[in-house]
Amino acid sequence: MTAPVAIALEVNGERVEANVLPRLNLADFLREHLQLTGTHVGCEHGVCGACTVRINGEIVRACLVLAVQASGQSVQTIEELSDSGEIADLQVAFRERNALQCGYCTPAMLMAAQDLLRRQPEPSREQIREHLSGNYCRCTGYQAIVDAVEATARARKARAQ
Amino acid sequence: MVSGKVAHMKAPPFAYARATSVDHALDMLSMHGEGAKLLSGGQSLLPAMNLRLMSPDIVIDIGDLTGLRGISIQSDVIRIGALTRHVELLESPEIARLAPLLAEAARHIAHPAIRNRGTIGGSLAHADPAAELPACMVVLDATIVVRARGGERRIAATDFFQGIFATALSADELLVAVELPIGRGPATYFFHEFARRHGDYALAGVAARATSDAQVLSEVRMAFFGIADKPILAKAATSLINVRGTPERIFDAAEAFGRELDPSEDQQASADLRRHLAKVLFRRCAETLLGFEPVL
Repeated sequence: MTAPVAIALEVNGERVEANVLPRLNLADFLREHLQLTGTHVGCEHGVCGACTVRINGEIVRACLVLAVQASGQSVQTIEELSDSGEIADLQVAFRERNALQCGYCTPAMLMAAQDLLRRQPEPSREQIREHLSGNYCRCTGYQAIVDAVEATARARKARAQ
Repeated sequence: MVSGKVAHMKAPPFAYARATSVDHALDMLSMHGEGAKLLSGGQSLLPAMNLRLMSPDIVIDIGDLTGLRGISIQSDVIRIGALTRHVELLESPEIARLAPLLAEAARHIAHPAIRNRGTIGGSLAHADPAAELPACMVVLDATIVVRARGGERRIAATDFFQGIFATALSADELLVAVELPIGRGPATYFFHEFARRHGDYALAGVAARATSDAQVLSEVRMAFFGIADKPILAKAATSLINVRGTPERIFDAAEAFGRELDPSEDQQASADLRRHLAKVLFRRCAETLLGFEPVL
């Protein structure tokens, strides 16, 4: 009964099929089976946010989703957001403002920040803080991260006009 | 990590089955009894399993039962399916209009990535004493609708929550929906909680509903969470009914409320801190419901 289960899902636009144990979470599946190691594993119980990915366009904690639950769904990881250029400006802003030090939280911080910017193109600093409140950063004190997200929002707005 | 041993932060092995209908889920529940756990959003169950606080033999995934998802308005109730996610409570125009307390509470539930998966049925069935939605159900006089193979039961929210992670649900029952009475006339609501970080479990919180006229409350219910093993209604709030609300009366009622409490103590907060926070919440809640500017 605890035998592997066949799953089929889309990851970063590619169809993936695998046999996985029910206990395998999506973060470990992405990292260990698909070598997509941009999704980080921190607390493994939903507190730190380092494993944030998109399922069907919405951000979720990959450590709180079983790989078997992701069967039939479309998953996007930081590799896709980075390679497609979707967040190139946000990444530049993070670099320019030193919004990262060790970088462990950064992929998920970018996922969460981009999620906010897609919903709310002109967020206040308070809204930025609230949306990123589920992502721990133990290095920066968050100020530079909020700065980078705010700067990206402004730059995108200026470009759109 | 203990040296020489691997610290487990992964769920122990379990069998997995995806339910294809409510009846299918109920058949499996009845077959496996206490060894089974239902999985909807998984935002409470999976952390508990990763921490090895729970180790079900079989996980029954009800995530495909889309009939259990959604918000509908019936004659005098708003019915919320068990699989309705927190983000849907937050964004639903019906909830904003008919149960604004729930939208406000949902804003405080964890973080966006968790609100995108976590469900109302999961939160209520899990019955974490610090969770927001159980207290809201008590305040809003919700009916919890549960189903087993033998039929359906309707349980008043005040009877549903029984203690830490303990509810009136039997092992063979599935929570299918909640129903909230509507059309009871205009009311005012209050929701607030104190947490170490926005989105963390509350050290103390309150959800409240009142009807009032010219600074006189004709009805008031305040349910506190995070301070006991289940949501508790403040008895002292009744002393504010049908009298002119004054700062002195509110202060006295808050003090009386503090004496009702026997708050829990843990790493997050001492019993005294929780009692203090609960009294502050009581006072701010009463002041807001009465239309005063809260004295902070």
